[in-house]
Amino acid sequence: MVYVWSIVCFAGLVMALATLLMVAARVLVNYGVCKLDINAGEKPLEVEGGQTLLSALYANEIFIPSACGGKGSCGHCKITVTGGGGPVLPTETPYLDRKEIRANLRLACQVKIREDVFVRIPADLLNVKMFDATVASATQLTHDIKEIRMKLDEPAEISQRPGQYVQVQAPSDEGPVFRAYSISSAAHEPDVVELVVRLVPDGIGSTYLHNLNPGDKVNFTGPYGEFYLNEDPSVEIVCVGGGCGMAPMKNIIDTLYHRWPERTCWLFFGCRTTQDVFYLDRWQKLAEQHPNFHVIYALSDKLQDGEKWDGETGFIHLSVDKYLEEGIPRQAFLCGPPLMIEAVTRTLTAKGLKPEDIFYDEF
Amino acid sequence: MNGPSPVVILIAAIFTNNILLANFLGMCSFIACSRQIGTSLGLGTAVTFVMVMTTAINYVVYHHVLLPLGLTHLTFIVFIAVIAAFVQFVEMFVERFSLKLYFALGIFLPLITVNCAILGASLFMIIREYSFMQTLGFGFGAGVGWAVAIILMSGLRQKMRYSDVPQPFEGVPIAMCITGVMAMAFMGFAGMVSIQ
Repeated sequence: MVYVWSIVCFAGLVMALATLLMVAARVLVNYGVCKLDINAGEKPLEVEGGQTLLSALYANEIFIPSACGGKGSCGHCKITVTGGGGPVLPTETPYLDRKEIRANLRLACQVKIREDVFVRIPADLLNVKMFDATVASATQLTHDIKEIRMKLDEPAEISQRPGQYVQVQAPSDEGPVFRAYSISSAAHEPDVVELVVRLVPDGIGSTYLHNLNPGDKVNFTGPYGEFYLNEDPSVEIVCVGGGCGMAPMKNIIDTLYHRWPERTCWLFFGCRTTQDVFYLDRWQKLAEQHPNFHVIYALSDKLQDGEKWDGETGFIHLSVDKYLEEGIPRQAFLCGPPLMIEAVTRTLTAKGLKPEDIFYDEF
Repeated sequence: MNGPSPVVILIAAIFTNNILLANFLGMCSFIACSRQIGTSLGLGTAVTFVMVMTTAINYVVYHHVLLPLGLTHLTFIVFIAVIAAFVQFVEMFVERFSLKLYFALGIFLPLITVNCAILGASLFMIIREYSFMQTLGFGFGAGVGWAVAIILMSGLRQKMRYSDVPQPFEGVPIAMCITGVMAMAFMGFAGMVSIQ
C-alpha cells in the first residue's frame, strides 16, 4: 500500500509542479510581437517574441546555416546583431573570438527575441532557399562512399557557384537536424544537386543519405559558401582532396571545362588503398579531352600483395610538391582532413601561393 | 515554541553554523564563482532567495503532505523536485522582470538547482525539527552565511591575483587552503550562540 501511495503522491507532486511551471511560462514568457529589421530597413519583419532569432528567421524563410539544429553546439549560425540582442551569453563565447564580439557577431540560435532586433545578413544568405528534391540515383562509388543525385522539384532550379554547399535536413531522435554537404554537380546543371557522401559510423546525416533510394524525397537549404572561382583564364586552378573530399572539386572542374576548355587545372587526390579510389577513370577520360587537365591520385598505405597501381604513392602533399612548379599564378581549393590541409597549405605556400588564394573545406 | 528563537538561529546560521564553512556544503559553485566580487554578490543573493523560499515550501510539503501520509522516505526526491521546479520559476521570473539581473546571474541561476547547500538547508530543517518561523530564520541565515562566505572569498581571491602563488597551488588548491583557514577563523565565533 505504501508503494502505491508513494507513487501517487510523487507523481501528483511532479504533475502539480509541472502545471505550475507551464502556467508561469504562459504568463511570464510572453513578449508579444517584436520587430525584426534586416539590413537597415531592407526587409522589416514582425515576429513572435520569446523565440530564438534563428527560428524566427527560419519561419520567414531566411536560412542561416546551422548544423546542430539550434543547440549552440556547431557555431555556424553567426550573424551580425546591431541592436536588441542583449549581451553575449556564456553559451556563445566558445564560438566567438574577441574580434567577432567587437563586430557584434552573435550565434543566432542563442539570441532570444525580447524586444525589437536589428540584424545584418549578407545578400548571399538572403538568396538561400529551401528545396524539395527527389532522389534520381544513388551510386555506390567505394565501400563507404555514395554519389547521390537529386532532381529539384520546388524551386525547380538552383543558382550555385562551384565550392558552395547545401544543408540537408536529416531526421534524428531529437527532431530534424541539418548537415552540410558540398555540391558536386556542375553549376551549369541548375536542375540537379549531386552529393558525394562518405558513411560515418553513427553519423546522422550520412546514415540518412546512404539509406535513400531513387524516388525518395529530400529537403535541403542552400546554397551557402563564400568561394569564388578566379575568372582570369591565365590563373591555374589546383584542387587537392583527400579521403572523400571530392565533391566541391568535381563541381569546380566540370564547371571550369564547361566555360574554359583550354584552362589549366590540377587535381590531386589522396586515398589510403586501391579500394578507396573512385572517379579516376572519369577524370582520365576528361584529361584526354582537355590536354591542360592533369589528374594525380596517390595512395598513402602500402600496396597489398597482388595489387597493381601505376599512380603516385605517399601522402598527397608530396605529390603536390613533385608536380607543381614555382611561380605560376594559381588558385587552390583544398578539401579533406585537417592534417592534410595543413601539410598541403605549407607546400603550396612554398610554391609561391598567397594565403588569400588558398581556400579549404575542412572536415 | 521549542528550541532557540528564530533570530538566534538566524545569527547562528550565519556565524557559528555557517553552512559552507562549518558543514562544507555548496563547495562547487563556491570555488567556481568566487573570482569576482560582482558575480559572487549576485550568486549569493540568488542562493539566499532560493534558500528561504525552498525551505519554506519544503517545510509545508514535508509537514502537511509527507508526514501525514507516512511518506517520509520520499523526502529527498520530493525536495529535489521542488527545488528544481522553483529555480525554473525564479529563472523565468527574473528574465521577465529584470533582464539586467538575468544576464548578470547568467548561467549561475540554473546552477543553483544542483547546489547541495540548498538541499542541505531543507534537510537540516527536518533533522533539527524546526518550526515554520525557525525554518524561515534558518533558511535566511544559511543563505546569508553562504553569501558572506563567497563574498569574503572572492575579495581574497581578487587581492590574491597579484600575489606570487607557488605554481602547484595556483587556482583551486590555494582557494581550498583559504577556505580551510576561513573555516578555522569562523570557529572563533563558536562561543557567541549555539545551535546543535
